[in-house]
Amino acid sequence: MTVERTQPGTEGRKQRKLRRALWTVALVLGLSMVLPLTGMLLTSDTTGQALAQQQQAQEEAAAVAKEEQQRRDFWRAAREGTAGYTAVSGQETNVLIQSEGEVWRAVREGPIMRYGGIGLLAVLGAIILFHLIAGTVKLEQRSGRTITRWTLFERVIHWYTAILFIILGITGLSLLFGRTVMMPWMGKEAFAAFANVAKPVHDWLAVPFAVGLVLMMVPWIKESLPKAYDFAWLKMGGGYFDRSKHPPAGFVNAGEKIWYWLLFFGGIVLLVSGFFLLFPNFGWERGTMQLAHIAHAVSGVALIAFSLGHMYLGTLGNQGTLEGMISGEVDELWAKAHHNLWYEEVMKHGNPKEASRGAGAGQPLTT
Amino acid sequence: MAKMKFLCDSERCIECNGCVTACKNEHEVPWGVNRRRVVTLDDGAPGESSISVACMHCSDAPCAAVCPVDCFYTTDDGIVLHDKDLCIGCGYCFYACPFGAPQYPQKEAFGIRGKMDKCTFCAGGPESDNSETEYEKYGRNRIAEGKLPLCAEMCATKALLAGDGDMVADIYRERVLKRGGRPQTWGWETAYKQA
Ligand code: HEM
Ligand code: SF4
Ligand code: SF4
Repeated sequence: MTVERTQPGTEGRKQRKLRRALWTVALVLGLSMVLPLTGMLLTSDTTGQALAQQQQAQEEAAAVAKEEQQRRDFWRAAREGTAGYTAVSGQETNVLIQSEGEVWRAVREGPIMRYGGIGLLAVLGAIILFHLIAGTVKLEQRSGRTITRWTLFERVIHWYTAILFIILGITGLSLLFGRTVMMPWMGKEAFAAFANVAKPVHDWLAVPFAVGLVLMMVPWIKESLPKAYDFAWLKMGGGYFDRSKHPPAGFVNAGEKIWYWLLFFGGIVLLVSGFFLLFPNFGWERGTMQLAHIAHAVSGVALIAFSLGHMYLGTLGNQGTLEGMISGEVDELWAKAHHNLWYEEVMKHGNPKEASRGAGAGQPLTT
Repeated sequence: MAKMKFLCDSERCIECNGCVTACKNEHEVPWGVNRRRVVTLDDGAPGESSISVACMHCSDAPCAAVCPVDCFYTTDDGIVLHDKDLCIGCGYCFYACPFGAPQYPQKEAFGIRGKMDKCTFCAGGPESDNSETEYEKYGRNRIAEGKLPLCAEMCATKALLAGDGDMVADIYRERVLKRGGRPQTWGWETAYKQA
């Protein structure tokens, strides 16, 4: 019986044990689920603090960054040539750094000096080559009769402007290329002595040149307007390559017209930019002077290059052309060969200058 | 060899123009010419800052590169000087210089500017050291006497430093280390980047 009693008794203890174990497990499980939550509550509290701290740090960092940005902006401004205040009077003394100077230097040394120099040499070379291969366009026959082509005024103003152009060109080029081309064989002192004369000569002769250029260009504008037959002249290459045919031309041919308009627009650039360079006392800023200088040097070098072609064609290139600009008279056969349309006009009307060029173009002084 | 440099500590510069005056007096600089100037940025606003500037004696000097008569030369100390006998007063160095250092005694019509004048780092010019002619054309030659530029010597706050580039940089670095903040070697990038 006792066994029987004890058996259920042991049974009951076992069951209680099991129950306790189950509860313990449940409690452990429950706690293990809840405790982390309280931990989370705790930690969530510290996160709040951390967040606040973080925010503060961020604000501080932002303030520092802002200050640094301000400094950077400040120094960038200083580098970019933003004007400030200075007690020292003078031109742009309130600007700390101007970086355009580097650009100006690079343009002058690069495109202008390198390509300008190469371009000038190339033109010279091309002219020599052309002359060696094709040679002078000869005036085979002379009629002995002449036609008045240029008035005394035209001839005087042409040579006046041309001589000044050459002087300005040489003095200008010596400022641009003298250090590279002349100094090595002249020596520094001698070249500087020359440049000390060349510069004021360039400066002072600029004004009479400007006057001459205007007086020369304005009366010639009418003859230089393009005409339909000018395209035929261009298509035939001016007759310089195939010399069996004569291209059509009026008083001046298409090539001369092109030279006229290059000189017209190039001359404007040259005069305007030269004006800026000539008067530093007007207080132009450096940027203006740099631009003016680039425009001046580019137009100067370009016009010199074209003038070489003009000089060649007016002298060695075409026999009988130069005498027209010297005496004012050209041989009839020269006119027929080079300016057939003008020649025909002249033949139709008695008075050559009046007939072909209209009144106001200047009275012929030789009759 | 030493490379002479200027450094203006903008945190210290108080825009007193002492350097400008010292220079003007020391060299009897002609009327209208100031070899050194103080520029204040953001004048009167928060963050206002001043810098004293003159010729920085650039490593690859733009002025020397563009001069049509090649009248600039760099001394063994890295000081950029020029020969007024050769100068034609064309103004090109003024167009090229980042710091606006070249000055002209006059500015008249027909491009007349006179011989260019600029800071010599108190090192005179090509004439014989401390001769009468050197003084007349270029001012005192303190370097020949073993002295440093007067502007920096006179600077009350020692904002303006002049001398061997490495020593100047060391002094400045020490300052920045002590006071914190970022170093700002104003103008050095422009003047000495090709050093
Ligand atoms: C009204 C006419 C002109 C004026 C006002 C003028 C003015 C100037 C000035 C002021 C300069 C700067 C150097 C100096 O101060 O001497 C200069 C340079 C120069 N000029 Fe002229 N000039 C004129 C005509 C010409 C002509 C006709 C040519 C060429 C055929 C020319 C070519 C040059 C060249 C190549 C330079 C040098 C640029 C350099 O060194 O980078 N100029 N001119
Ligand atoms: S600061 Fe100006 S003048 Fe002085 S070396 Fe440099 S470019 Fe030349
Ligand atoms: S102004 Fe004098 S020093 Fe300056 S580039 Fe012209 S010639 Fe040279």
